[in-house]
Amino acid sequence: MITILTAVAFLIFAPVIGVLVSGVDRIITARMQGRVGPPVLQPFLDIAKLFEKEKVGVWQAPAVLIFLHLAFMVVTGLIFFGGGDLLLAIFALTLSEVFLVLAAYSTRSPYAHVGAGRELIQLIAVEPVIIIAAVGFYMVTGSFAASDIMNYSGLPVILLPGIFISVVCILTFKLRKSPFDLSTSHHAHQELVKGVMTEFSGSTLGMVELAHLYETVILLGIIYLFFVGNPLLAILAIIVVYMLEILADNSTSRVKWLPALRGAWLITLILGGGNIIALSLL
Amino acid sequence: MIDAKLITVMYVELLLFLILFPLIPALILTVLRNENLRAIVVTAGAGISALGSILLLAFSVGQNQLFFTVPAPDIALVMLVLEILIAGYLVIVSAKAKQFLVIGFVLLQLLLIGGAEYLGLEGHSKVPDLLTDEFSAIMAVIIGVIGGLICIYALGYMREYQEHHKDLPDNRPKFFAVLFLFLSAMFGVVFSNNLIWMYFFWEVTTLCSYLLIRYPETEEAINNAFRALLYNLIGGACFPIAIIYILVNGGSENLGIGSLIAAGPAIALIPASLIAIAGCAKSAQLPFSSWLVGAMVAPTPVSALLHSSTMVKAGVYAIARFAPVFDGQVLGMVIALIGGVTFLVTSCIAISQSNAKKVLAYSTIANLGLIVACAGVGTPEALWAAIFLIIFHAISKSLLFLSVGTVEHRIGSRDIEDMTGLAAPMPKVGLMMLIGIAGMFLAPFGMLISKWASIHAFSQALPPFGMILIVILAYGSAVTVFFWAKWMGKLLEVRKWEESIEFKISKAEWAALIPLTALTIIACFGIAPISTYLIEPFLVTMYGKISDLIPASNLMIMVLMLALIVVLPVLMMKILIPRRSLRRYMGGVTVKDGVMEGSLGMKREIALSNLYLEDLFPEAGLSKYGSVITIVLFCVLLLGLISGGVL
Amino acid sequence: MVYLSKSPWILHYDASSCNGCDIEILACLTPRYDVERFGILNTGNPKHADILVITGGVNEQNRSVIQNLYDQMPNPKVVVGVGVCACTGGVFKECYNIAGGVGEILPVDVWVPGCAARPEQIIDGIVKALGILEQKRAEMSRAEAGA
Repeated sequence: MITILTAVAFLIFAPVIGVLVSGVDRIITARMQGRVGPPVLQPFLDIAKLFEKEKVGVWQAPAVLIFLHLAFMVVTGLIFFGGGDLLLAIFALTLSEVFLVLAAYSTRSPYAHVGAGRELIQLIAVEPVIIIAAVGFYMVTGSFAASDIMNYSGLPVILLPGIFISVVCILTFKLRKSPFDLSTSHHAHQELVKGVMTEFSGSTLGMVELAHLYETVILLGIIYLFFVGNPLLAILAIIVVYMLEILADNSTSRVKWLPALRGAWLITLILGGGNIIALSLL
Repeated sequence: MIDAKLITVMYVELLLFLILFPLIPALILTVLRNENLRAIVVTAGAGISALGSILLLAFSVGQNQLFFTVPAPDIALVMLVLEILIAGYLVIVSAKAKQFLVIGFVLLQLLLIGGAEYLGLEGHSKVPDLLTDEFSAIMAVIIGVIGGLICIYALGYMREYQEHHKDLPDNRPKFFAVLFLFLSAMFGVVFSNNLIWMYFFWEVTTLCSYLLIRYPETEEAINNAFRALLYNLIGGACFPIAIIYILVNGGSENLGIGSLIAAGPAIALIPASLIAIAGCAKSAQLPFSSWLVGAMVAPTPVSALLHSSTMVKAGVYAIARFAPVFDGQVLGMVIALIGGVTFLVTSCIAISQSNAKKVLAYSTIANLGLIVACAGVGTPEALWAAIFLIIFHAISKSLLFLSVGTVEHRIGSRDIEDMTGLAAPMPKVGLMMLIGIAGMFLAPFGMLISKWASIHAFSQALPPFGMILIVILAYGSAVTVFFWAKWMGKLLEVRKWEESIEFKISKAEWAALIPLTALTIIACFGIAPISTYLIEPFLVTMYGKISDLIPASNLMIMVLMLALIVVLPVLMMKILIPRRSLRRYMGGVTVKDGVMEGSLGMKREIALSNLYLEDLFPEAGLSKYGSVITIVLFCVLLLGLISGGVL
Repeated sequence: MVYLSKSPWILHYDASSCNGCDIEILACLTPRYDVERFGILNTGNPKHADILVITGGVNEQNRSVIQNLYDQMPNPKVVVGVGVCACTGGVFKECYNIAGGVGEILPVDVWVPGCAARPEQIIDGIVKALGILEQKRAEMSRAEAGA
């Protein structure tokens, strides 16, 4: 029952939390650059504006695919916060990402095409870590169900330090932050305009942004799981990790896709893979 | 209450009917040159086989494993004579083509099986010849229904194939005859309990594969056919060794699959591992995999029937049969690792391919690798995953092969780059292809459920092998997402709406494509009943008790997700679709949609090409490293066998 | 609701400016002026933009480009001409290749004169444009409700 309530709460509050997180993110980023920055609720204003605009598009398919992207991002969250199977949530997340990529491909725009290719590369850079992390949680808590993991009283991070570091690294891909903002980013980049998002406008873009808010909350939820036994510590960890992401975003320039992919895979293999193999031998 | 004896007789007759019936159309088709009559015979033959297999599946629900003896004492002798005849034929054709290595292996096998027959002839009657249970019945349905659909599809496809290849002799009578002979042999493989029987049918499938690969009769096709033959013979040589080992160490009463598994790992592990080697060759695992890629020169229905949905499944079927023997054994883990490495390496190679049939071939090898990995792990959950992988792979992959074949005849290319925006000129086939691809890797569809179950299974497997397999699977499934998603994207990159060119597709092709698409979706919705009524009882038979399989609630979520994918677009279409359509953004220099103007006034249409990352995933390099790793693993396996006392 | 004027995204196009006005526009993004305070972002993509900011006079080569970019922006949208060249063609007005100000091809909503226009002026012009943007949105939603 509690888990169903959590799921409903996710549906309603995740965008709120997402707006606040990304609003604070934009203010801190501005301060790091010596600027004042927008109001905290700016991300909400942006999305609300996008839904006010005219519905335009290249053809019918992209908007429908983007809607599926949003829908399955929400489904992922519902499974995750509803206490469902962690692997199932991961696969729903992948499905959602694939819909975004397909929407970008279906626009047949050169920029979106390049962005979609890079988005796929980001996807394969990230996928192994997440699966390994889920297995790591299973080894520590004895269950793949998020509800069981949430009832775990210890700190999984103590047994999963390697996986934790790899997850923090790949979070940069998922949050679309520099140096791994290859396929699109908050700021316009010359060579691919807005990458996967180039052809989406108005409510279609609004749905992408909304999905990203949900995604941010899900990702922070995964960080939470590493410190599940101690909620205060967990929230502190989320804040620290997010600050690190902002710092990296503002102090690095983007890398090319090949070093990004190689780096992510190597870290996953050595730290993540090493972690679970060592754990299984303990 | 029907008499138990009556049931037995009924079963034996049904099994023998399924094995022997396809031989009738095969014989008729060899002499039939009239196309209309051929269509009738093929359709009837395929239909009756399919119905028979469905009937068997219906009988199997609620029945346990059953064993039967065929009341024909001389049948062993007949088989031996047939084997000698096949060997003789292979020696003659190989000698003609100067393939002396093949001759060597043919003679070696003949020698071994002759030895085995000599040792075990009197033991023939001690074990039941046939068996049936839920697993066999599932395999039979795959062979009967999917195989039947492919045979019907071949009617339309081969007519166009001959039109496209005017230089080839029209050998269609032989072609269809071999297809039906193959169906018969496949039924034989999955119904055999006696290993000598299984070996006989196994060799017949190898022969059929050889004959069908060389159908185009080009130099490349002939070479590839002999390569397929050679690799399968190398693997196949392990089969009679296993039989001899059983006869020497366990006695002829252990010659049946049922009694061998019941005898426990102490006796069964070594022969099971030997058969697994034969299975790896048949299922094109690294380092044997190159034969399957080469086999893609054959006409597409052959690729669909033999080299993705059925024959290569015989290999994994044999390994999965012995899965309980591998449970918790290091040797089983070595086999699992061979499958795992194959899965990862061939998935990576698939990224670098733009030829659709090669992508399908590599992905077939990869998925077979995953099945081998599951079977090698051998826990009930792993076997559950393996059987579901077999089912979903057979359906989705045959759908994909057939739709690629149809597209190839329409657009004159099997290159994925040429399928840009295929959703416009071929909306129905495009949609079927999308469903097939989604079936291969996306969440609520079948394959992913099995992948999910295999992660669950590996995480409980013997450490640290289980974790190594998890890491392999994690990378492999990421890579899988990449090459499928970019293919799907290519299909959706619609330039403009064009006239449909689908009206030229023959009825026979639609008759196979539509049911296969329906099957892909129905099987996904039907996971829960398939699991409850077929696979779980089978696992109970094999393992005694089973615990915590995939919970039903999660399957429900999957089905709900699938429903969402179908329902949401329809519901939201009206609200979502754009009110005004815009040109694509191309830096403002668009002349008209999709055409841009360069600095010197040159007008160009945009051309987009997918990422193939050949530098990162080179085909030659990867298969070399993959082969080295798997050869090392095979050596470990052989060392294990030798230390176990096989030689 | 009036979200549109709280989150105006800009597409900046240099028609044939001497780059003076362009530098001043970029100066608006710097810490001193920081237009992100008002939610203003420079998108570089017509599909995402609400305000088309054009510097420099229109030349014969980029007529179609400007028209294209304008057409690709979703409604409601406004056009701001920045700098005297964008207004009239400025010192280049009589050049063989200059068609004149942006008004020659697009309905410009706000003119920001100056050579170069100062950042304060530019921001002021954008803020004026926001009012017009809001008006257009109201009209658009009325039209939609009417239809």
